[in-house]
Amino acid sequence: MAEKESEDPKLKPRLLVRIGVFIISHSAFVSVVCFTAGILALILLPVLAKNTYVSENALMPGSDNPMFSGHETMEAKRLVKDIMSIKRKSEDAGTEIPRVLAHRIAESGAEVYHHKFHAQKNQFDALDFFSGSSYSSMTQEKHNCNAHGVNSVGIIRAPQGDGKEAIVLVTPYNSTNIQLCEALSLGLAYSIFSLFSRVNWLAKDIIWLAADSRYGEYVSVSAWLKDYHNPVFISSHNLDNDICEFEDNPITEDRTPDIFRRAGTMAAALVLKVADTEKQNGKDTLSIYAEASNGQMPNLDLINVVHYLAVHRQGLRVKVNKILVLFNSSWLKVIGEILEFIGKIAKGLNPKWQFGISAADYVEGTATLASSIYNQALGVPTGSHGAFRDYQVDAITLEISPKLDLSNEARQSEFFLRGGRLIEGVVRSVNNLLEKFHQSFFLYLMTGPSKFVSVGVYMIGFALLIAPLPIVAASLYSEASKQDSTSGAHVPPKSRMWLHAAKTVFLVHLWGTLVSLLPSLIYQLPNRTALTSMLSWVSLSFLTLLALYGVLGSPYSYPSRPLSQNKEWAILKSVMIAFASIGLGTMSIINFATAQIAALLIVPMCLISRPLKLADRDKRFRGLMFAACNIVLLFIGFPPVSFLMLKGWSDGFGNSVGDFWNWAESLWLWNSATYLYLMMIHLPCWVLCIHVLLHP
Amino acid sequence: MAFLRLIQFFTLLVLFCLNGSKGDEEFSEELLLRPLPDRKVLAHFHFENKVPSAETHGRHYSLFPKAIYQLVEKFQIREMELSFTQGRWNYETWGGFDPVSSSNAKPPGVELWAIFNVPLDQVDVTWKSLTHALSGLFCASVNFLESTTTYSAPTSGFPPYADNLRYGALPREAVCTENLTPWLKLLPCRDKAGLASLLDRPSIYRGFYHSQRLRLVSTELGIKLEQTLTIVLQPGYKSSSKLLQPSWSISSIFGRKVSGKCALAKTSTIFFALDRALVFELNKLGVKSEKIGVEAASNPAFELSVIPDKVIKEVNSSSSESLSILYGFSLDSSYDILDIGLTWKLPVVWSSPQAPFHATRFLTGSGNERGSIVILLRSTEYSAGVMGGNAAGDGCKLQVVIFQAVPWYVKLYFHTLQVVIDGRLEIVTEVVEKIRVAPSEDRVSLGVMEMVMRLPCSVKTAALTIEFDKGFLHIDDYPPDANQGFDIPSAVISFPDTDTSTYYLEENTTCSSLLLKFQLPGNVTQEKNTVLSYTEVLLVPLATPDFSMPYNVITITCTVFALYFGSLLNVLRRRVGEEERFLKAKAGRKIPLVPLLLNKLLAKLRGRPYEPTKSSSPSSPSSSSKKLILKVILVAGVAVGWHYYYG
Repeated sequence: MAEKESEDPKLKPRLLVRIGVFIISHSAFVSVVCFTAGILALILLPVLAKNTYVSENALMPGSDNPMFSGHETMEAKRLVKDIMSIKRKSEDAGTEIPRVLAHRIAESGAEVYHHKFHAQKNQFDALDFFSGSSYSSMTQEKHNCNAHGVNSVGIIRAPQGDGKEAIVLVTPYNSTNIQLCEALSLGLAYSIFSLFSRVNWLAKDIIWLAADSRYGEYVSVSAWLKDYHNPVFISSHNLDNDICEFEDNPITEDRTPDIFRRAGTMAAALVLKVADTEKQNGKDTLSIYAEASNGQMPNLDLINVVHYLAVHRQGLRVKVNKILVLFNSSWLKVIGEILEFIGKIAKGLNPKWQFGISAADYVEGTATLASSIYNQALGVPTGSHGAFRDYQVDAITLEISPKLDLSNEARQSEFFLRGGRLIEGVVRSVNNLLEKFHQSFFLYLMTGPSKFVSVGVYMIGFALLIAPLPIVAASLYSEASKQDSTSGAHVPPKSRMWLHAAKTVFLVHLWGTLVSLLPSLIYQLPNRTALTSMLSWVSLSFLTLLALYGVLGSPYSYPSRPLSQNKEWAILKSVMIAFASIGLGTMSIINFATAQIAALLIVPMCLISRPLKLADRDKRFRGLMFAACNIVLLFIGFPPVSFLMLKGWSDGFGNSVGDFWNWAESLWLWNSATYLYLMMIHLPCWVLCIHVLLHP
Repeated sequence: MAFLRLIQFFTLLVLFCLNGSKGDEEFSEELLLRPLPDRKVLAHFHFENKVPSAETHGRHYSLFPKAIYQLVEKFQIREMELSFTQGRWNYETWGGFDPVSSSNAKPPGVELWAIFNVPLDQVDVTWKSLTHALSGLFCASVNFLESTTTYSAPTSGFPPYADNLRYGALPREAVCTENLTPWLKLLPCRDKAGLASLLDRPSIYRGFYHSQRLRLVSTELGIKLEQTLTIVLQPGYKSSSKLLQPSWSISSIFGRKVSGKCALAKTSTIFFALDRALVFELNKLGVKSEKIGVEAASNPAFELSVIPDKVIKEVNSSSSESLSILYGFSLDSSYDILDIGLTWKLPVVWSSPQAPFHATRFLTGSGNERGSIVILLRSTEYSAGVMGGNAAGDGCKLQVVIFQAVPWYVKLYFHTLQVVIDGRLEIVTEVVEKIRVAPSEDRVSLGVMEMVMRLPCSVKTAALTIEFDKGFLHIDDYPPDANQGFDIPSAVISFPDTDTSTYYLEENTTCSSLLLKFQLPGNVTQEKNTVLSYTEVLLVPLATPDFSMPYNVITITCTVFALYFGSLLNVLRRRVGEEERFLKAKAGRKIPLVPLLLNKLLAKLRGRPYEPTKSSSPSSPSSSSKKLILKVILVAGVAVGWHYYYG
C-alpha cells in the first residue's frame, strides 16, 4: 500500500452534509429528475389505486334481510301521487307540500316541525370570509323578507335508544315548481321513514329533512344546520325584523307549535336525489357525490358501505364523477397502452407482479381521478352534503337514476323497492356503528367507485414535485455567496445580502393580500358586469402594485449596488422559490388537490425563470430556448389564463375574461382556501417571476 | 279551608295506615295500568316491603330481604334510590305532572343517590363501599361511581336537599335481564307467583321505556323498601280504525296472565287508571264521569272485560269536573286467572298533564375545541292554567331548580352563563335567586352547578347557555370505544312550587301503599311530591388520538435507540489516528464519486470491507470501470434470473 502523505489532511465532513452538498451542486439535474418522477408518479396513480374495503367491522353491511317491502312502496306511490296532484291543482304548492309532508310524518308517529329560514343573498364580505360565518348574523338584517323557505323535518326517536346520536336523511325539493323526480325522492324518503318508525332495532334517532330548495339546495340545508348547531336565542327587536315575521299561514294550523327540535350528535347524513332517466344503460345507476368544501371528504367507509350494498345487494351500477373529455384523449390511451404493455411484461417475468391494468381501465381511472382532484381543488362542495362537513358530519349525496321512465306508476314499484332497500341497509349499517366513523381514510382520491388512492401514495408524487424548490433555492444562494467571497472588494455581510430580496418578496406578497381584498371594494361599484368587474380588478391590482412601489421603492432600485447584477436576480429567485415552497407545503395540508395542481403550474415556472437579458450572453440556441420556455410558462401561469385555457379545453373556447370573475366569486362565496392560495401565493410568485424575467 | 281540612283528614288516614300494621313485616304488590295518549300503555309495578326497626322486631326476617337489611345497617343509609333505565321518558306525550312520571321517569342508564346517617367526613368512604356492594348485588358496574370524577354532592339542587347526599349517574350503562333477576330476587315470591309473574322478559324489554327502581327509606320506625318497575308498551293489536285507541288486555301486552296473588303479600291489586285529561275529554264527549264510575264494565266510551271490585275517585277541591278515576281489581278475591282487557268504543284524543316547563338540553358549536351547553325551558299550558289561579297577574313567579354535573373534560366557564328569556338577554342576578358552583378539577372532580331561578309565569321560553372548552385527555384516560364521544349525564330540573300529590277517596280502609305514595312523598324530609324532570344525556365528541399511535411510537423509539447505540459503538471502536492516516492515503487518489459509491455498494454486497483499488498504471481506471460494469451486469442478470425462476 503506497502511502503518500499530503501536507494537510482534509477531514471528511459528515455523510448527510456531503449528500446535501452533492445534491445542491447537481441541482439542475436533481430537479429535472425529481420533477419528472413527480409527474410520473401522478400519471401512475390510477395504477397504484387500491380496491376499497369496509374497514370498520361494526358496520356489517348487508348482514340483515331488508324489511322494506311492497307495503312501503305503496305508501311512497301514494305520496308521489298526492304531491303531483297538488302541483297540478293549486298554485300555492309552496305551503301545500310541507303541510302534506307534515301530516304524513305525524301520521307515522314521528315528531314533526317546520323550519322557516331566510334565503341569504351571498355577498363577498372580507370580514365574513376570514372569520367564517360568525358575522353573517349581523349582515342578515339586509335579507329580503319575502325570500323565505320552509323545511319540513321529522324525527323518529329510537324506542330504546338514549338519543345521543342521530342519522339524517335529506331530500331537497323545489317547493314552487316540483318535478317528478323530486316527488319520487320525497316518496322514497317518506317510505323509508315510515318503515323506521315501526322497526325496533333503531339505536340512533332518525331525522328526515325535506329541504325546500327553491333558493338552492345548499342554502336550505345549511340554514337548518346552522339553527341546529348555532341557534340564536336573542331576537333583535328592530322594526325591520317585525315586518319580516312570518304571517300565520295555514302550515301552523296544527295543535303543536313549530318548535325547533333536536336529536343529539349527528353520526352521518345521506342526501337522496332521484335524477332523470338515463336511457343508455340497462341498469339503474347510483351516483355518489362526496366532495365537501375545501376538498374535505367524508370517511371512505361511508362510501364503501353504499357501494357494497348497491352493487352486491341491489344490483345497481355505481358511478362517481368523471371528466368526460378525458375519455377521448388519445395521449391518455397511449399511456394506458404503454402501462398495460409494461404490466404484461412484468407479469410474464413473475406471475406475482400484477400491477398492470388494461388501457380502458386506465383511461377511466384517470378521468375519475382528474374529476376527484378538480372537485377537491376547487373547494366548492358538489352538493348539499357539503353543508354537513362544516360541522364534522360525514355526508354523501346519493343520486339514483332509474333505467326506465318513471312517469308510469307501474314502473315505480321496483325502483322504490331497490332504492328503499339500499337506504335501509345503509342506515342500518350506520345504526350498528358504536363509534363515529374513524377507521377508514379521510384523505383520499377516488379513481373509481371502488378504487381509491390514499394519502400515503399520492403524497409521494407531490413531495417529488416540490422537492426541487428548496434544493434550487439553496444552490442559488450558495452560488451567490460563493461568487461573493471570491470577488468584490466591498462585501456586505452575508446576512444583509438577501435582505433586499426578502423585502421585495414581502412587498409582493403584501400586494397579493391586498388584491385578495379588492373584490369587496369592487362590490361597491354601481351597475357592474362580470367583465367590467374583472377589468377593474386587474387595473386596480396593477395600480396598487405601482403605488406600493412608489411608496416603498421599486425592486430594481438598489440603494447601492453591492452585488453584481448576476447575483441580484439569483438571490431574488432563491427567496421567491423558498416562499413558494413554504406556501405549497402549507396548502398541501389545507387542501391537497389544490397544492397538487398548483405545483404542476408553479414549480416549472419558478424553476426556469431567469432574466431575458441573459439569453444574449448564453449560447444562442440554449438562451433562446430558455427565454421561450420562460415566457410560455409565465403566460400559462397567470391565473386567469390558466383558468380560461382549462375551461376552453373542457367546454370549448369562446369564454370571456369575465368568466374568471364569476369563478373567483364562486370561490370566495364558498370560503374556498383555493382563492386565498391563488391571491396570496400564486399571483405574487407569478409577479416575482416577471420581475426576474425583466431584471436588468 | 275545606281543602286544608281534607288534607288533614288524609294525613290522619295515612297515619292510621302507617300505624295500623305496627310490629310486623309487610309486603304488598300492586300494578297500575294507564293508557297513554300515543296509543301506548303504561304499566307500573309497585312492590313494597316494610319492616319495623330491629329494636322492636328483632333481627329475624321472614319477608324482608336480608341483603338489603345488611346494606342499611352497614352503611347507615337513611335514604337511597337506585334506578336502571333503558329508553327515554317522553315528557311531552306521556306527561310530566303526575306522581308516576315525576318519580319514575329516570335518565337512561344507572342513577344512584343516597343519604347517609354518618358524620360528614365519612360520607365519601361510605359511598364508595356502598357502590361496590350494590355493584355486586345488581350485577352492574355501579362501582364506577366510586371515583370522585363521577359523583357529586348536591345540597340545594337535587330534591332531598340534604348535606350528606351523594349523587351519581352512569349514562352509558346497558340495562338488561341480568339486572332484573337480582332485583326480582328481593321479592318474597320472586317472579314465581303474584304480579311479578307477568314479567315476561321479551315483552317487557321490547317496550319504549323500561325503568326498574329500588328505593330505601330507613327511619327509627323501620325500613321501607320500595321496588318499582315502570314500562311503556305498545299493544300488539291493530285497531280497525286509525282514530280509535288500540284495545288491549294484560295477556296481549305481557304475553302472560295473572295466575293469582303472591301468598305472602298483604294486598295484591291491579289498578286501571284514567287520568284527569282523559276523563275531561270523555266528559266532553258526553260520557258522564258518574257514569264511567258506575258502569265501569261497559259504558259508551270503553269496555272493561272484568268488572272492577272498587272504583276510586280523586278528591280535589280546585277542579271538580275532571278528576282521575281508578278501577281496582283485587287479587284477593277468588279469581284464578285475571285478564283485564280494555276495548275502546269512541275515539278519544287527549294530552297528559305537563310540567310547568318542558326542558331540553343540547350542545351547540362544532369542532373539537369548544362549544356550549344550552338548557332550553319551554313553557307548557300548565303555567297558564294552574299557576294562573295561584297568583294574579304579573306577580306570579315560578321557582325552577337546575342541577347539572359535568365531567371534568368538559370545562365549563361559569362566568359565561347567559339567561335569555323570550329573546331578551337578562341580567343573571335578576333571574337567578341562588347559585352554587363547584368548578371541576382535572381528573379529580366534576363541575357542579346548582341554580335556583325564579321565572315569571308568563315566560314562554328561557334559554340558559354556558360555554365550555373541551379538554385534552391523557392517552390512558380514554375509555374503551372513545371514538363514540363522551357522555354528559342528564341535568335535573325540579319545580319546588309544584305538588303532584293526588288524593283518592277510598271507601274501604284497606290502605294501598301505591295510593299512599301518590298522596305523600316517600321520604321524610319533603313535604310534597315536587315535579322532577330529567334532560337528555349529551354526547360530546372529543379529540381522540389515533389509538394505533403507541405502535408507531414504539417503532420510532426503537429506531432512535438503534441509531443511538450504533453511533455510540462506532465512536467507541473508532481509531482516530488510523483514520487520519487512511485519509491522507486517499487524498492522493481521487476517484469520481459515482464509481466510488458503486464500489462501496458492491463491497457491501460481497460482504468484504471496501478496499480502494490500487492504481499502478494510468490505464487502470478504464479497465477497472469496465470490470465494474461487467460485474454490475452480471449481478443484475443473476438477480433477474433468480427472480424469474424462483420468485
